[in-house]
Amino acid sequence: MALIIVYPVVYTGWMSLHGWFASTLSPPKFVGLANYQRLLTGDVRFHEAFFRTLYFAALVVAAETALGLAMALLFNREFWGRGLVRTLSILPMVATPTAIALIFVMMFHPTLGVMNYLVTHAGFGPLTWTYSSRTALYALALVDVWEWTPLVMLIALAGLAALPREPYEAALIDGATGVRTLWHITLPLLRPVLIVAVLFRAIDAIKTFDIIFVMTQGGPSNASETINLLLFNQAFAYFNIGYASSMAVALFAIVMGVSLILIKVRRTAW
Amino acid sequence: MGREAFARRRRPRALGALRTAGYYAVVGIVMLPTVFVFYWMITLSLKTQVEAAGYPPHFFHFAVTLTNYAEVFRKNPFPQYVWNSFVVAAGSTLLGLAAGLPAAFSIARWRQHGLALTVLVARIIPGISYLIPWYVLFRRAHLVDTYEALILTHLVVGLPLIIWVMAGFFEDVPPDLTEAALIDGCSHYGAFWRVALPLVRPGIVAAAILSFIFSWNNFLFSVILAGRHTRTLPIAVFNMINYEEISWGPLAAAATMITIPVIVLTLIVQRHIVSGLTLGAVKH
Repeated sequence: MALIIVYPVVYTGWMSLHGWFASTLSPPKFVGLANYQRLLTGDVRFHEAFFRTLYFAALVVAAETALGLAMALLFNREFWGRGLVRTLSILPMVATPTAIALIFVMMFHPTLGVMNYLVTHAGFGPLTWTYSSRTALYALALVDVWEWTPLVMLIALAGLAALPREPYEAALIDGATGVRTLWHITLPLLRPVLIVAVLFRAIDAIKTFDIIFVMTQGGPSNASETINLLLFNQAFAYFNIGYASSMAVALFAIVMGVSLILIKVRRTAW
Repeated sequence: MGREAFARRRRPRALGALRTAGYYAVVGIVMLPTVFVFYWMITLSLKTQVEAAGYPPHFFHFAVTLTNYAEVFRKNPFPQYVWNSFVVAAGSTLLGLAAGLPAAFSIARWRQHGLALTVLVARIIPGISYLIPWYVLFRRAHLVDTYEALILTHLVVGLPLIIWVMAGFFEDVPPDLTEAALIDGCSHYGAFWRVALPLVRPGIVAAAILSFIFSWNNFLFSVILAGRHTRTLPIAVFNMINYEEISWGPLAAAATMITIPVIVLTLIVQRHIVSGLTLGAVKH
């Protein structure tokens, strides 16, 4: 436990105060907070990656929460085939992301891909998907939404199953309609569960790596370069270990900050 | 008159049937994207080179062939990759159980919030901030491209899953049982080993399979720490991608072969997957 969790964390923190290229023979040189100064003030590419990461995460979490909740409300009743729907919903989350990314690369192909065939027939004209810098981030978001909406749906479904009966009976007596019951009873009661779903999705969305690395490697022309991708290249393409470590600390701080905000939101009543 | 009464009685039922049909149509449309991606993966893997890259694409009518699978085996040491993935996933799962079962037991019994918090923070820490120190350490120790390095690092993926799924199961074991064992002269270790553990056997299976799946799927750690001798399946398939040449059939075949074991295992543990992914925050 100490070797695999504590040591790496301490080491990363310590190395973030150093300048060191692992490709050279010269030893790490202590530079104090210089790496952080560069992150905060000097590195335009990092700033872009920072906002891109938050934008991507906000986009996918919002879409997954809305769609997942809608699906949970749809599936929240007894019907023949419910078990099958549950089983199918789990598959995108557990299927190997590399394999899924690969299939989407083929489906997104601008001239031969099935996606363009489908959208053209639906009347939207061909799109560029991951093949242009304008649309790459959205195409990647689509893959993430495909993978992880079911998680929000299953969490919301579990939350719906655990809701108390009494408020609904009272609402029925008061003559409340379906939409009003949904808005004034179901959603407020479901809020804590939904925030748990948002928390776990946000933690992972900020750290998204596999699908981006396989599908675009941060491109075209940095259009999908999130912090994780930039960090990976700093560490393992340029072997700039010191600077990469400071980015890793920054990424941890971002994920931690978002998590703490969400945990606080969960505790406060509206 | 009789006819009218009949019609009046009949109408709500016809309306009900229509509503049911409508409901199933909506369910079908909602589930279509999920099913379609897997369908497309499998059918691409069964198409000939010409048909796989043919436009407009063929959805249902195409000649089924297994040449893509044959080509994957001919051009790559695919069984070696499968074996590598299996060794790493099984090794990290066994180690994870050895460390995670006692940890989960103590969380459930003595409410060790500190440990629980550590696991949550471990989940928040970006994988890549483990990877940098490991890489430096393992390179210095000449452990890059060894099973040992991969198994140790994949533990970070599996251990939190195991601890949280198992903590849930241990909480359901009545404390009276383990306390009775203690009174009868069992040690704490004995109470854990002989009383609690046999009761949570289904949980162990679930936790082990989850840990196995997520190690099997891991890309980030393996892409850096695996080499020629230990390359796991996701890395091998990633290396098969050639962005210029379109040879989709073999790629789809490889993707299908990685995914099938995961799907089979998932069917066994599907009840516990959400609980595992949310660190026990949501149980079924």
